[in-house]
Amino acid sequence: MGWRPRILAKISEGRQPIFNGMRYSAFSLAREALRGHRGWTPAWRDAQPKARYDVVVIGGGGHGLATAYYLAKTYGLTDVAVLEKDWIGSGNAGRNTTIIRSNYLLPGNLPFYELSMKLWEGLERDLNYNAMISQRGVLNLYHSDAQRDAFARRGNAMRMHGVDAELLDAAAVRRMLPFLDFDAARFPIQGGLLQPRGGTARHDAVVWGYARAASALGVDIVQNCEVVGMIRVGGRIVGVETTRGPIRASKVAISVAGNSSRVGGMAGLRLPIESHVLQAFVTEAVKPVIPGVVTFGAGHFYISQSDKGGLVFGGDLDGYNSYAQRGNLPTVEDVCEGAMALMPRIGRVRILRSWGGVVDMSMDGSPIIDRTPLDGLYLNAGWCYGGFKATPAAGACLAHLVACDEPHPLARAYRLDRFATGHTIDEKGMGPQPNLH
Amino acid sequence: MRIPCPFCGDRDVSEFAYLGDAGVVRPFPDAADAGERVFESVYLRDNPRGRHAELWYHASGCRGWLRVDRDTATHEVASAVLTRAPSL
Repeated sequence: MGWRPRILAKISEGRQPIFNGMRYSAFSLAREALRGHRGWTPAWRDAQPKARYDVVVIGGGGHGLATAYYLAKTYGLTDVAVLEKDWIGSGNAGRNTTIIRSNYLLPGNLPFYELSMKLWEGLERDLNYNAMISQRGVLNLYHSDAQRDAFARRGNAMRMHGVDAELLDAAAVRRMLPFLDFDAARFPIQGGLLQPRGGTARHDAVVWGYARAASALGVDIVQNCEVVGMIRVGGRIVGVETTRGPIRASKVAISVAGNSSRVGGMAGLRLPIESHVLQAFVTEAVKPVIPGVVTFGAGHFYISQSDKGGLVFGGDLDGYNSYAQRGNLPTVEDVCEGAMALMPRIGRVRILRSWGGVVDMSMDGSPIIDRTPLDGLYLNAGWCYGGFKATPAAGACLAHLVACDEPHPLARAYRLDRFATGHTIDEKGMGPQPNLH
Repeated sequence: MRIPCPFCGDRDVSEFAYLGDAGVVRPFPDAADAGERVFESVYLRDNPRGRHAELWYHASGCRGWLRVDRDTATHEVASAVLTRAPSL
């Protein structure tokens, strides 16, 4: 187990951001409260693009901003720009259901997601930002003997990697969540696999926390700057064409989940990815009813409760190629049927909003963090519907890849060529059909 | 989203099952470069934003295979024609 402390220490050490006198603390909050909150300054610099940088990161979501932060902090690369076509966090970073967990099975995935969980646990102190990280537990329910055995296997794999996991029986689940429909004729709840350290984090705060800390280390965050082409010399990418003019760079990192095929296509890459729409929902706010995150094991439905009181839930992909950022009614019905099957009392609350995000569905359901066939071009893509929980580790591992030109030890399995060589990471055992993952 | 099935008429998307890009061609297994072509046909996709030719199966209708021309940015369906079952 020697790798975890060493790698964490490596990522955690390095430069500390200087927040120009605006370090957030209970003292600064009290001081500003006393003077009418007139002293707050912008959290980060809205930069104008320069003509060249050492590193350009395409995509100002959680992953892109985290990458820029770790490039500056861990590897001392501060001549970095993050280019965002809209405003930071306007894509999937602002459309997910905020769940963090590391309850994976396969060796290529589990240590990576546990690195992410460890980074979540230290994130607020590291960034000096309240990301509302709440380790209230993630519970996967099982409804059959076979499913219990599969969950026991996953829980054992987790514990062998030093990750917390507890297999609960129906009585233990009933004590936690007495309002579930335990004795449904078709899918009675037999128990669940609990990861107590899982939970939720405030997605917008994660984006702004990374943006603020990266900006304080000298990173340029450039908004309303869409990449429209790549500048290529022979087999090397040397910059990008944007709606705000050409920007040269020694290295370019793509971190644009949902649009990876389009941006990769600008460099002539054809990727093992389809873009799909994933919907999510939130109800009106109610008093605390759900203590953690709960997933239904007999249909694709999961739910948690935000600090504001809304029940946040989601389910399956719509299941067809889409860049629309909105879905269709059959999936809404399907998710709500799952909700009613699991916890009938949810029928008493009204849905406040629903929305859709465009996700990169890779052909094996696992991500890609790798070099590309073009020198100077790096790819972070294929996060399917699991990108949010990976934000800190994806940033740390992409930063390592860009800075050192070799994969991070915990992201070695996320190769782009694994589909050609047969080393796919099929966590769910679904095969190469994106709408089944 | 509704798909105009040539046999059944305009039907809700929930009646259909989606397979994906209609341009995927399964390679001839005896070809010299069959390994490379299988990799491309199984894994690589153009994944365009905009017009996309794709295969849908009218599972809860006539059980015919359709080749649908649809815009992935707007979900607008331009055409749907009956086609052969894809060779999987």
